[in-house]
Amino acid sequence: MSSGPALVSILRQDSYLIASVHTALDDSEMIRLRNNLVEQIGRYRSNGVIIDVAALDVLDSFGAKTLATIAEMARLRGALTVIVGIQPDVAFAMVQLGMGTAGVPTALDLEEGLAYLNARVPRRPVRGPLGD
Amino acid sequence: MTEYQPGPAADPAGRRGEQDTEPSADAAWAASLHPAPAAGVPDPNSAANPNSAANPNSTAGPDGFAAAQPPAATGQPPAPSDSEQNANAELLTQLTAHLQQHRAKLRDQWAARIRDAHLLEAMTAQEMATETSSVYDNYVEVLETGSVEALQHYARDLSERIIPRGVETHEVVGIVLLLRDVLARSLFEKYQGNFALLNRVLDAYEPAANRIANTVAVSFVEERERVIRQQQDSIRELSTPVLPVRERLLILPIIGVLDSERARQVTEQLLSGIRTHRAKVVVIDITGAPDVDATVANHLVQTVDASRLMGASVIITGLSPTIAQTLVTIGVDLSKMNTIGDLQGGLEEAERLLGYNVTRQDGVNET
Repeated sequence: MSSGPALVSILRQDSYLIASVHTALDDSEMIRLRNNLVEQIGRYRSNGVIIDVAALDVLDSFGAKTLATIAEMARLRGALTVIVGIQPDVAFAMVQLGMGTAGVPTALDLEEGLAYLNARVPRRPVRGPLGD
Repeated sequence: MTEYQPGPAADPAGRRGEQDTEPSADAAWAASLHPAPAAGVPDPNSAANPNSAANPNSTAGPDGFAAAQPPAATGQPPAPSDSEQNANAELLTQLTAHLQQHRAKLRDQWAARIRDAHLLEAMTAQEMATETSSVYDNYVEVLETGSVEALQHYARDLSERIIPRGVETHEVVGIVLLLRDVLARSLFEKYQGNFALLNRVLDAYEPAANRIANTVAVSFVEERERVIRQQQDSIRELSTPVLPVRERLLILPIIGVLDSERARQVTEQLLSGIRTHRAKVVVIDITGAPDVDATVANHLVQTVDASRLMGASVIITGLSPTIAQTLVTIGVDLSKMNTIGDLQGGLEEAERLLGYNVTRQDGVNET
């Protein structure tokens, strides 16, 4: 498990979690993101997760697969996941390599992602332990 | 091929001033082989410089020797000895002096030949007179200096002016060959008494004249190609417009043959269009595409998938029966694609997806 400064910030917005990826992640960072996110879903009783990859100009197959895994794990823990901010080049490279997001919904940007979640799992205030 | 590149102005007079710069001969020869970007960009009028026309003797003496080297060097492989070079140089000096003396007469002869051959009929008599003068002067200057740089630039400049007027390659090559012929005839006339001398004059004249013809033709063709490339680029750009029709709704009409290069461009423009216009729905209308092959069809599917990754859904409209059959035959998986018969239906569906409700108001424009 890698340590050091997080390359992903996970922000809580009521019952939604917003994971904003700042830079390209290697495999262990990806796993770290997965574990943190899934753990926080439980801690904050979140019902929606947004993963913002707008800062990424590459997304490898492991990254795409892990995002799909996160979405599935989040679903099992009761949260709907949406991936936002895929850049045009990344999008086309992904389909050319035959890797989609395996059924995970996508949206143009954070705003769209919030609207998408709001229409399906309304945001509700959360009372629980304060974030770290 | 080479691109037009501005460079320091070539100054024939200045070049004569520093004739001991041997490399100029090599450079000129190299330039004639590969019209390199190093080609200078002289003032197109420099060739018509009254000095060069009025002072036929200006190249005499040691200056003339070095200046005449390049044409001599263009001869066949066995390098001429110093004395031969010297003789050749003197001949060329004599020759250009002769051509400059009879400038008016020879130019008129040439212009008459052009008229007889029905070349350059797109140009007015006035333009013809101007152009023939400058081509003539350029021609003589190349014979004199052996440097084709000025001519190259002039030819490019001339091509730029005459191509839009529909002048063909054969005309341009034709007039240069006519000038070559006119000058050669005049040399025949002058030296007909002395066959050996005539022979040597032609030895000096021919390679230089061939090189000139070559330079002009190449410059003209290059200019044409440049124009064609430019037009291709603009056609490509025009041919894939991404049009916003409602807020968050884009239309992408595809007209004309979709090859893989264009398909790639369509994808690129569409994906960046989705981001700029924050589109949620895109209608791709391929009524105007006569045919698609497997590669393009797969590319289209990828475009749809990529758009979905960016949060936009795509509706494809206007699949012709032929294309539909092709797609089914080659087994492209279109199950995830939302296709609708025509553009109108596609727009209606898009409006429904976006929550628009368009109704027609009663009493408007009823006849």
